[in-house]
Amino acid sequence: MNKLHMDVKAEVIAQFTQVATEQNMQLAPLTDELPLFNTGLDSLCFAIVVVRLEASLGIDPFNADNFSFPVTFGEFIGCYKNATK
Amino acid sequence: MLRNNPTSLRASILAAGNLSAPVDMGVGAGGSWGELAGGAAFAARMSNLRSQSVLVETTSQFEAAQALIQLDGVVRRMVLYPPDMSREHLTFVSELAQTDVILSGDKEIKYSAERTLSKRARPLGGYPSFSGPMETEWILLTSGTTGAPKLVRHSLASLTGAIAPRSASAEPIVWSTFYDIRRYGGLQIFLRAALTGTPLVLQGSQESIADFLGRAGRRGVTHISGTPSQWRRVLMSPAVAAIAPCYVRLSGEIADQAILNRLQSQYPNAKIVHAFASTVAGVVLEVSDVTMGIPSSAIRHTPQVEMRMEQGTLRVRSNRTAFEYLGKNSPPLKDADGFVDTGDVLDLREDRYYFSGRRDGTINVGGLKVHPEEVEAVLNRHPHVGMSLVRMKKSPITGGLVVADVVLRAPAQADENVQALQHDILKFCREELAIYKVPVGLNFVSTLAVAKTGKLIRHDA
Repeated sequence: MNKLHMDVKAEVIAQFTQVATEQNMQLAPLTDELPLFNTGLDSLCFAIVVVRLEASLGIDPFNADNFSFPVTFGEFIGCYKNATK
Repeated sequence: MLRNNPTSLRASILAAGNLSAPVDMGVGAGGSWGELAGGAAFAARMSNLRSQSVLVETTSQFEAAQALIQLDGVVRRMVLYPPDMSREHLTFVSELAQTDVILSGDKEIKYSAERTLSKRARPLGGYPSFSGPMETEWILLTSGTTGAPKLVRHSLASLTGAIAPRSASAEPIVWSTFYDIRRYGGLQIFLRAALTGTPLVLQGSQESIADFLGRAGRRGVTHISGTPSQWRRVLMSPAVAAIAPCYVRLSGEIADQAILNRLQSQYPNAKIVHAFASTVAGVVLEVSDVTMGIPSSAIRHTPQVEMRMEQGTLRVRSNRTAFEYLGKNSPPLKDADGFVDTGDVLDLREDRYYFSGRRDGTINVGGLKVHPEEVEAVLNRHPHVGMSLVRMKKSPITGGLVVADVVLRAPAQADENVQALQHDILKFCREELAIYKVPVGLNFVSTLAVAKTGKLIRHDA
């Protein structure tokens, strides 16, 4: 795993944690297999995370007509890793 | 249109004839259309409720469904208070609707929480005496610019204007929706199922999306509706494959090409339809070519609905539109020709109309409307804020999000001050506003453009 990809994962975790704190949500331990909607965040939180990640990483992997919606936390990170390739 | 000009919802259900069709509303809540129509939850007090204005405020959809079926044709007016609407507006809504009785569900004693509001003067001679079913006014709530809801008057006929009778030879249908039935989109599906005697599966109030999808799959749901944001949530659920619908309907928000493509690829055998409908304009049209936007031919010709573009927004005239906003000082709902202004700005490109926003700048966050003025009013109360402009940022998950440009009274100095101040202003917003109305981004700007009228210039519509 290269440094950029490790940074992506760390940044995603940081934003999940930050948004959960702001919205008073209880965040589950984040593992790759965890379904997104079991993380403790809701749709609005994910939308906010995507905005924050666009600001910090400079990418929005969902801004295309034919992207796949991620189901697990690992797939969510994968979307960002693929977009940085 | 309905057959035989229905007199009441209950009579229409009984006339539909398929009374054994189940209505499944989650664990321990459900019955059949026959049981719902024949139920006696209100029988004891029907004479009390007759000709009254009744506000239905229950947490469970099942109790709301019972109330709607049993009160229509009996009460003068029925207000549908959605469960996600803040209770702080209850007094305002009750007063505006001249409510006599509030019905709220109770886990132990159903409808025990009935309470009569302040006695108000009755018309001289009282209300007209009751003889047979009366045409009940259906009052739906929609968001207003100040944060308080607007009350929109419909009738059973206007709400069911788009519902066609089912042909006897049609394939069996099981309806479902992610909407609450006290919202226009959910009410449409509820009434559609009720009037055609079709089984219906609804989400329980505490039920997760995955559990609901599992139950909907086991019940064999064939037709299912929701907002694009609700569908995005489904696509992000591990239980997405638990249902195998043959008809997928999107409404309540703009459907973009990504969500249409993803739904078609997830459910290859389903017909994917996006509908344009709103509480005020009613069901306007449906688009079934799995392409975003509206073919111009549909604007020119849709049966029973007249449409025209005027000053950039879509105007609609049909027997499905609402009648009026309640309240003496409310704006007219229709123009002199009977057209409703949807407020949606449509651009014509290559024989297709595309939504480019709302003329009033209203932001749609996952199906919930946000009026920029309400958020700006809160921002402007913060001691460091001089003026603010709230606008929409597109989101792949909720369609739209709220962002704000803010002019500070005194410019922030160092970067650290900027972050601390942003944090403080947003904290202030979170204390004052519903969570989806709080800006997700705050930009400090030096000026905002103001028109000669003295109003902020809004660019996103």
